[in-house]
Amino acid sequence: MLDVADTLMLSRIQFAANISFHILFPTINIALCWILLFFKIRYDKTNDQVWMRAYRFWVKIFSLTFALGVVSGITMSFQFGTNWPGFMESVGNVAGPLLGYEVLTAFFLEATFLGVMLFGINRVSSRVHTFATALVAVGTTLSAFWILALNSWMQTPAGHEIRDGVVHVVDWWEVIFNPSFPYRLTHTLLASGLTAAFFMAGLSAYRLRQGDQKHAPLLALKTGIVVGAVLTPLQIFVGDLHGLNSFEYQPQKVAAIEGVWETQKGAPLLLFALPDEEARENRFEIGIPKLASLILTHDLDGEIKGLNEFGVVSSELDAEYKTEKINHPPMPPMFFGFRIMLAVGMLMLLLSLWGVLTMLRRQSFSPLYLRFMEWMTFSGWVASLAGWYVTEIGRQPWLVTGLLTTEQAVTTQPSSAVGLTLVIYLSIYAFLLWAYVHTLRVMCRKSVDVPEYELAPTDIVTNLPDDDPKQRANKSPSVLGGAEPC
Amino acid sequence: MLNAETLPVIFAGLMGLAILVYALLDGYDLGVGILLPTGRGRRAERDRMIASIGPFWDANETWLVLAVGLLLIAFPVAHSLVLFELYIPAAIMLVGLILRGVAFDFRAKAAVDYQYTWDLLFKAGSIITALMQGYMLGQYVVGFSDSLDAMGFSIASAIGVCCAYCYVGSAWLIMKTEGDLQLRSVKFALKSGRVCMLGIVAVSVLNLQNSADIVSRWFEWPGVVFALMIPAICLAAFLANEWLLRQMPYEGDRYHYLPLLLVGVVFISSFLGLAVSFFPMIIPGKMDIWEAASSPEALSVILIGALIVVPVILVYTVYAYYVFRGKATELVYH
Repeated sequence: MLDVADTLMLSRIQFAANISFHILFPTINIALCWILLFFKIRYDKTNDQVWMRAYRFWVKIFSLTFALGVVSGITMSFQFGTNWPGFMESVGNVAGPLLGYEVLTAFFLEATFLGVMLFGINRVSSRVHTFATALVAVGTTLSAFWILALNSWMQTPAGHEIRDGVVHVVDWWEVIFNPSFPYRLTHTLLASGLTAAFFMAGLSAYRLRQGDQKHAPLLALKTGIVVGAVLTPLQIFVGDLHGLNSFEYQPQKVAAIEGVWETQKGAPLLLFALPDEEARENRFEIGIPKLASLILTHDLDGEIKGLNEFGVVSSELDAEYKTEKINHPPMPPMFFGFRIMLAVGMLMLLLSLWGVLTMLRRQSFSPLYLRFMEWMTFSGWVASLAGWYVTEIGRQPWLVTGLLTTEQAVTTQPSSAVGLTLVIYLSIYAFLLWAYVHTLRVMCRKSVDVPEYELAPTDIVTNLPDDDPKQRANKSPSVLGGAEPC
Repeated sequence: MLNAETLPVIFAGLMGLAILVYALLDGYDLGVGILLPTGRGRRAERDRMIASIGPFWDANETWLVLAVGLLLIAFPVAHSLVLFELYIPAAIMLVGLILRGVAFDFRAKAAVDYQYTWDLLFKAGSIITALMQGYMLGQYVVGFSDSLDAMGFSIASAIGVCCAYCYVGSAWLIMKTEGDLQLRSVKFALKSGRVCMLGIVAVSVLNLQNSADIVSRWFEWPGVVFALMIPAICLAAFLANEWLLRQMPYEGDRYHYLPLLLVGVVFISSFLGLAVSFFPMIIPGKMDIWEAASSPEALSVILIGALIVVPVILVYTVYAYYVFRGKATELVYH
């Protein structure tokens, strides 16, 4: 029995580790690809080299990020079978087609045209190349569409019925456009936009601080700032809608976020508290009276149902499934995760507005501002992961709300096997994360020394051995200006 | 037409096709990775070999996701069972895939000091991936057993698959490269092809020896006439390739694409051979495709999409290969 519990916990940690590592890369790339498309279209329209320079530098980062996303994604496709066999066996009729459509409509599209996008610039016309970039952008976004449809269905299932203990689909439209899907999709896509915007602004600030005087990094910094300034307010608005949607369909999730144990009228918005799960109460509460009720119910004295009132877990799929667990997620990670996400969001708002103001006044960016932006490089990761944990831990103890608990779906693999693979994955992910960040720094540093494009020699081709001048001479110069992509 | 009887057969066919295409396509780029020379001074050669697979490897790997995806979607029970048995080798294979996938990008972008290390990791990742895939294939064929015989068989299968990937990888290099590298690829192809063929023969004989069921599948009249054509074609393609490779290189690089086609025939016929031995069992001796299948409703929903999307995928895949036709040296690799 102990072993089953270990296997469950280890499997949950393993899945969380895998998907957390995976999400880091798509969340940059989904939006980064649209920004690349913007750069490329601007270049096609204006023929100004600076756009091509920006494209060339960021497409390299895109491809590195893409590779990490692909390999960690492949791991994901095995995780279902290795650790959560009960998932596909019970809800495979929903999950299967959604995953299938993701592979068919998104993965092949992005993977194939990525080749043209990265290596085809001299082999196809500029227009076709722009089109390939657009197709990759569409592919990455479609992929988000399908996987979030499935993820949202797991949160708020709809459009299905149960026959012989297995879920069958009644209405595909309801399955895909389930109650939380439109909110989650918008919220996640905007999060990707913000992650990419601050990633781009942060690395560009780093280049500027290293003494890069060229136009391209400044352009990229401004692009990041503007995207950030437009999307942050939008995200706050959409996030609020998403929260209201959760309040309607997953009230225990919101109760945990707000730190509400007992049902409360006129609940305060807690800025800080230490939830004590044993005593089922909070310590050191600091809150703004009645604000949580006002936000969630639009009424100062509105009622928020407390965690204590959600009863015992019972599964619709399996009437015999017995457990003592109360039907709500653990409070502390929810409570703090949400506040971390919010705090990062506020920082984003502040810094992007500061940047836009500087631009409107036609001033140059202060060294202090550049340093702040550099610190914000990976802020999107922090906010995305914190938010992601809130929404996924908020689903617990369920794998599919009301239908299937994580405990029901987990593998019968001995915990030692799960533990062993977990250690392997964790060490390789730590190593890759270090290598990724290190390589980003190296790429930025290298680009500082590249001459500005007016002076750029057209025959520098990277990735050639320095000791082989003959081969270098054989390379045809890029038709699109300096081949050194900076 | 589309019912619980036919849909599992259609999906078994689709999954088989995805596995076959994966073995051929990712096979050649894994093979190129395995064949990578390790000398510090041979950077240029490695660059060109990797440039030959640069635009393709990503899409090639997607066929694995499709194959595993189809198993997951269409035969969820079998997916769980297979991955339960192959838990550890699958994890090790994933480590290999991760290493080579990222090494491909890092080797060009990391600090100069680390580039050589990434090259070695690319090679190591390719070898690990191929070995584990071969090992898992072996385990699948023997019905997941850890007896000494079964382990021996699986290890032999691991080496066999590794060689098969080298075979198709070197045939790819013959097509995409020229000069010294092409000549060396011819030698690689000859060596790995022979080991690969030996493996195919050994597997066939052992399979027939161990299972009366498989014997009856192959030698029942009148199917035997068609069934025996499969090994005949396989052998013929191998011998033709052997003969062709010994004459290589031809003047003006004639027939540089033929070895790849012939290896393709060897792969396809071996694959069909496996299909004759096991269809319609999805797990040999334990479970057939009808027992493992998802509901017909779910399957028809995917099928409709697949019928529309798969031809489109094939068209743009052909387009990508057309864009990057010709020798790899011409490839400007960013």
